[in-house]
Amino acid sequence: MHPVEVIEMVSFYAFFDQTPRGRNRIRLSKTPISMMNGAREVAEAFGQSLGIAMGETSLDGMFTLEWTNDIGMADQEPAALVNGMILTSLTPLDVPGIIAALRHEEDGLGLSSYPPTAAQALKLPKSNVRPSLIQAGPLLTRPVVRARGLKAALAMTPEKVIEEITSSKLRGRGGAGFPTGMKWRLTRKSAGKEHYILCNADEGEPGTFKDRMLLAEFPDLVFDGLTIAGYALGSQHGILYLRGEYAYLWETLQETLRTRRSLGLLGANICGRQGFDFDIRIQLGAGAYICGEESSLIESLEGKRGSPRDRPPFPTERGYLQQPTAIDNVETLICAARILEKGVAWFTSYGTKESAGTKLISVSGDCARPGVYEVPFGVTVSELLDLVGGADAIYVQVSGPSGHSVAPKDFGRSIAYEDLSTGGSTMVFGPQRDVLDVAMQFAEFFVEESCGWCTPCRVGTTLLKQGMEKVLAGRATLSDLSEMEALGQTVVRMSRCGLGQSAPNPILTTMRNFPELYEARLAAVPFTPLVTLHDALREAVAVQGREPLSEET
Amino acid sequence: MVAASFKFNIDGIEVEATEGQSVIEACDEAGIYIPRLCHHPELPPSGNCRVCTCKINGRHSAACVTPAAHGMVIENDTPQLTSDRRAVIEMLFVEGNHPCPYCVASGDCELQALGYRLGMVAPTQPYQWPERKIDATHPDIYLDHDRCILCSRCIRASRMEDGKTVFGFEGRGIAMRLNVDAQGGLGETQMAAIDKAASVCPVACIVIKRHNYQVPNGSRRFDKTPIGSDIEAKRTRRQS
Ligand SMILES: Cc1cc2nc3c(=O)[nH]c(=O)nc-3n(C[C@H](O)[C@H](O)[C@H](O)COP(=O)(O)O)c2cc1C
Ligand code: SF4
Ligand code: SF4
Ligand code: SF4
Ligand code: FES
Repeated sequence: MHPVEVIEMVSFYAFFDQTPRGRNRIRLSKTPISMMNGAREVAEAFGQSLGIAMGETSLDGMFTLEWTNDIGMADQEPAALVNGMILTSLTPLDVPGIIAALRHEEDGLGLSSYPPTAAQALKLPKSNVRPSLIQAGPLLTRPVVRARGLKAALAMTPEKVIEEITSSKLRGRGGAGFPTGMKWRLTRKSAGKEHYILCNADEGEPGTFKDRMLLAEFPDLVFDGLTIAGYALGSQHGILYLRGEYAYLWETLQETLRTRRSLGLLGANICGRQGFDFDIRIQLGAGAYICGEESSLIESLEGKRGSPRDRPPFPTERGYLQQPTAIDNVETLICAARILEKGVAWFTSYGTKESAGTKLISVSGDCARPGVYEVPFGVTVSELLDLVGGADAIYVQVSGPSGHSVAPKDFGRSIAYEDLSTGGSTMVFGPQRDVLDVAMQFAEFFVEESCGWCTPCRVGTTLLKQGMEKVLAGRATLSDLSEMEALGQTVVRMSRCGLGQSAPNPILTTMRNFPELYEARLAAVPFTPLVTLHDALREAVAVQGREPLSEET
Repeated sequence: MVAASFKFNIDGIEVEATEGQSVIEACDEAGIYIPRLCHHPELPPSGNCRVCTCKINGRHSAACVTPAAHGMVIENDTPQLTSDRRAVIEMLFVEGNHPCPYCVASGDCELQALGYRLGMVAPTQPYQWPERKIDATHPDIYLDHDRCILCSRCIRASRMEDGKTVFGFEGRGIAMRLNVDAQGGLGETQMAAIDKAASVCPVACIVIKRHNYQVPNGSRRFDKTPIGSDIEAKRTRRQS
């Protein structure tokens, strides 16, 4: 291997360094939600105590302080990642105690024992992740008995299992909504030396944390689903790709796997079913949102940069190590396990025509009860707001930054693949919030997470962010807005993968749904036309016969 | 064994292709030009620039990485695609530093030539003015990172043709840069001026020393005919 290849890989991931940094890494979660909850004040307190600014390392080499993107704790922000341990609900008052504990090196809280253990975390103040499930529905109603779905599946042929999943109309819960039964069938019928089943636990979309909750509170159901999928696909190898931010779950997940092996739920001839050999391993990510995209995830699993692949070939034909591979979201696998346990009719009795079953929604922001809610598909945004205590919302971001910016006029729309399709992230913003400032933070998120492979996303995300800066500074004109809209559309059409294709969404959808907020920020220019933004844009384009030029700044 | 042949349709024109060809390869052979930048006929495709994006069966896909298939319906030369491609070219112009009038590649540069062909006058996007250094450590070649458009041609050529792995990327997103396989610069790598990697750069980033201005400005490749003319000539010839 050449040095240039090592640097290529290392420099891609936020959690890898090329130069030595502090023995303790304090990474504060930077999201609109954490900011609303006082993350900036917490950052200042850390900075003052350590005498360093964000991004810097203390002179004694003890601490590096930095921001990181959403760590999957939106219901308990401000949160931080310290040497892999999670701190939640931070205030500036917590800071001295945390630093003192970390300085006490005999406790072994440093990075040397990564992934961290639960015993370690106990010694760190505020290292306490609160259970996130607020409302269970049919999917998560207890009791949950390990291996029920798995045993039901093993009593059928693999083909029959796929048939059941197909008739349940289960669609992927990771966001894209691809029919799971079809994915499994395609993978099964592809020829290959091995077949692989991957569980996507990268959960990087800001505002979502339902997969984290499932892994923490229902790990056996996840592994049941993964094992069932393995059986259905004719696979012997399951891999859980766990985002680096969730390394604190490593120990308990490994323990669950050990228990399952000792019970004969993993290994050779599972549950006495001759010839069904299957095991699961866990691989950790290293801080890259794009690695949640399935082909990037595969590249990352193979130890490379997490840049997406061009398709075809699809992973179902040539995925991990060029073998047929199915990738399913954590929640999808839990649905599969429960469908096998409780039956197709049970599942399809919930939801809408095109969206069978229930959906786990991660709710955060300006609401009384943030957390995970299991709701049937078809629920409207306002019903959801009533449920979580967020009725005075002026803006809801559905499905994270890559999703939809929903204004009150659309609160009657419903959560379903056929209307507001979502991976689960739901961020609620009250009347005191600045919608455009939130859109700006999302634009920044995409700048930081673009993998850089292709031009429209690599450069376009930065240009969009700069356009938004101009709007917020009150220096943008109408023609800047139409320019920004045209640019956004180009990035959507020309980008190589889902990240770039959805990166302009926060700007494009707020422009569409909150045009008055943009108008209010326009620079005072002579002859400001007394028409709406939409009409004005149309006029400008028609008069010039082309997209207008921007004013040089 | 002869590969199976089939037909697809691009802008209303029927094109014959063989199994294993990409859309761009089949169109090149048929004399239909799809604008492109990172694609190089002698290298495996990478899909970096997205200039070759077409609407293939209703979806935007890059023609260089999309296998041709029977019955495809492709839109290539449309006002929308031309304007999107122009926007992408503009992005590359403002991302690096490109003072064409006094650049060694002027007239021979694929980025500049595409700008002309796609009707770009001056970039409408703000210049980013990145600070990048020139690497002159190699006796025969210099690297002018200001011009690099991260097309990965040199990376592919070095790895697949030269068997050397001289080049790679570093970082991600807007901070991504071309990197070489030695801390001390190109001069400490295995790079030689006769390498494939030295001759594939579409812009003036990888430049052979002492060979500049052998062909004077005004009589270079794209001074006379627009980029893509060679491909389109095949079709004109066939029609006449
Ligand atoms: C930029 C990007 C990030 C993604 N992140 C995730 C993720 O964190 N988790 C996930 O399950 N799917 C994610 N996806 C979707 C996956 O590509 C894929 O569709 C999904 O894992 C398939 O599983 P499902 O069918 O069960 O939803 C992401 C897609 C894109 C484009
Ligand atoms: S769209 Fe963005 S994330 Fe996707 S390949 Fe292009 S640069 Fe990478
Ligand atoms: S490399 Fe090409 S586009 Fe850049 S300055 Fe030189 S001629 Fe112009
Ligand atoms: S040096 Fe030239 S060939 Fe290599 S990536 Fe940059 S522009 Fe492409
Ligand atoms: S030529 Fe196809 S993406 Fe660059």
